[in-house]
Amino acid sequence: MSIDFSSISQLVEAAERENIAISDVVLRQSARDLKSAEKEVSERMLENLRVMKASIEEGLAPDICSLSGLTGNDAYVFKKYVESGKSLSGKLLGEALYSSIAVMSTNACMGKIVAAPTAGSSGVIPGCFAAIMNNLGVGDDRLVRGLLNASGVGMVIARNATIAGAVGGCQAECGSASAMTASALVEIMGGTPQMCGHAVALALKSLMGLVCDPVAGLVEEPCVIRNTAAASVAIVCADMALAGIKSIIPADEVIVAMGEVGKALPHSLRETAEGGIAATPTARKIESKLFGSA
Amino acid sequence: MNIFDIIGPIMVGPSSSHTAGALHIGFIARLVLKQMPSRAVIKFHGSFAQTYKGHGSDKAVVGGLLGYKPDDARIRTSLEDAVVEGMSYTFHTVDIPGAHPNTIVIEAETAEGLNTSVVGASIGGGNVIIRSLNGIEIEYTGNLDTMVVEQRDVPGVINSITGLLAAEGINIANMRVFQSKKEVGKAVTIIETETDLNREIALAAQDLDNIITSIYLPKIS
Repeated sequence: MSIDFSSISQLVEAAERENIAISDVVLRQSARDLKSAEKEVSERMLENLRVMKASIEEGLAPDICSLSGLTGNDAYVFKKYVESGKSLSGKLLGEALYSSIAVMSTNACMGKIVAAPTAGSSGVIPGCFAAIMNNLGVGDDRLVRGLLNASGVGMVIARNATIAGAVGGCQAECGSASAMTASALVEIMGGTPQMCGHAVALALKSLMGLVCDPVAGLVEEPCVIRNTAAASVAIVCADMALAGIKSIIPADEVIVAMGEVGKALPHSLRETAEGGIAATPTARKIESKLFGSA
Repeated sequence: MNIFDIIGPIMVGPSSSHTAGALHIGFIARLVLKQMPSRAVIKFHGSFAQTYKGHGSDKAVVGGLLGYKPDDARIRTSLEDAVVEGMSYTFHTVDIPGAHPNTIVIEAETAEGLNTSVVGASIGGGNVIIRSLNGIEIEYTGNLDTMVVEQRDVPGVINSITGLLAAEGINIANMRVFQSKKEVGKAVTIIETETDLNREIALAAQDLDNIITSIYLPKIS
């Protein structure tokens, strides 16, 4: 049975029909599309996972600092705080948050990352995956399954809406990353394909309308913090879906709505550094200090 | 599009258009020269002129000239690496009316005196379009093997070029021919192929009647 990533319901139904996981559906189809063995596709995904893990390590360094000076050692500071046991978020969510900051710091410092789905939203999946890996003992095999599930969801979003901030705002980048992650987490934690679909809808709805307004056009402020927020939304929505909470609006309709909202966003809020946070007086001061004019 | 366009590519940050795209333009200049240049003048236009330092686009272009790929962690130290390798470079900002906001101009030469000029735009997601090569207006994306031929605008030239490719068993995927806007009597033919072109064929085309230059640009992605 072949699929074309045209809808979330297609992924869910294909999985239910054969009593397999969404990651199986994605793996089978991708092996066919890429003319590779399933084992090779999984191994290539494992390489992405390895780079994700390394990008967290690099970003947790106490002395990391970006070219612009806007991004520093927040991940390290946050990690120390979470490890002190005093954090409101607790250990698992706390680790997801500081790990997502770490990846974005690595990115800002010209380190190696995996675009997931983009460089500007590359912290969400690795952050959440590190949290379940280190707190729940989830191994690489299941994490690769999670990446396959997430990539299938991302394919559907890219086909029916967009994953580019310049086209659809931050909801298209961090919103999509969050929805992809939520679905992956549900599968990894033993949820059904239906629950994955609800997780996609819940996460994407939670971040709908988010604008792309990077200070001085750099992938730093507020991108780092938005990745952290999107990681928390992914975990919360995965939990809701696993508990049995259903999205009243189906995932496929939410995806189309996200694309429409993206089209309705003014040019100034789509990665142009002309509106939103990028247009604040402090942002303008930073811009003029960095580039000499504003 | 496949799943590795969604989870992937593995790349050096911070931005695919400002890092990977900038690197590809430098990489293409190196391809044309067939080696690392000894000297490069790099000019940034538009949004690149504003932000190239903050995004590390300067390091990315030089990384491309050094032959680095978009996932090479050495991009971060490329400016120092170039000095060690014996390549000098200067950065400038430039205003090119009507050009894409993310445009880079590279004028480079090798120690043996080979030189090239490349004008390219980074159009998002690490993709680029080369708009001009050695003063010839072209369109090259690096997605397919490409041959760029500058020729005298007379009858029969295209026939001899396609005849050469046919004799080598090469199937043409896309072909465009246009008269030069800059020089009367000159035309440019751009041929993209699915099957492998090679430098020898481009060299052979150079020897055909009425051909001024013939350049081979391989698929890079």
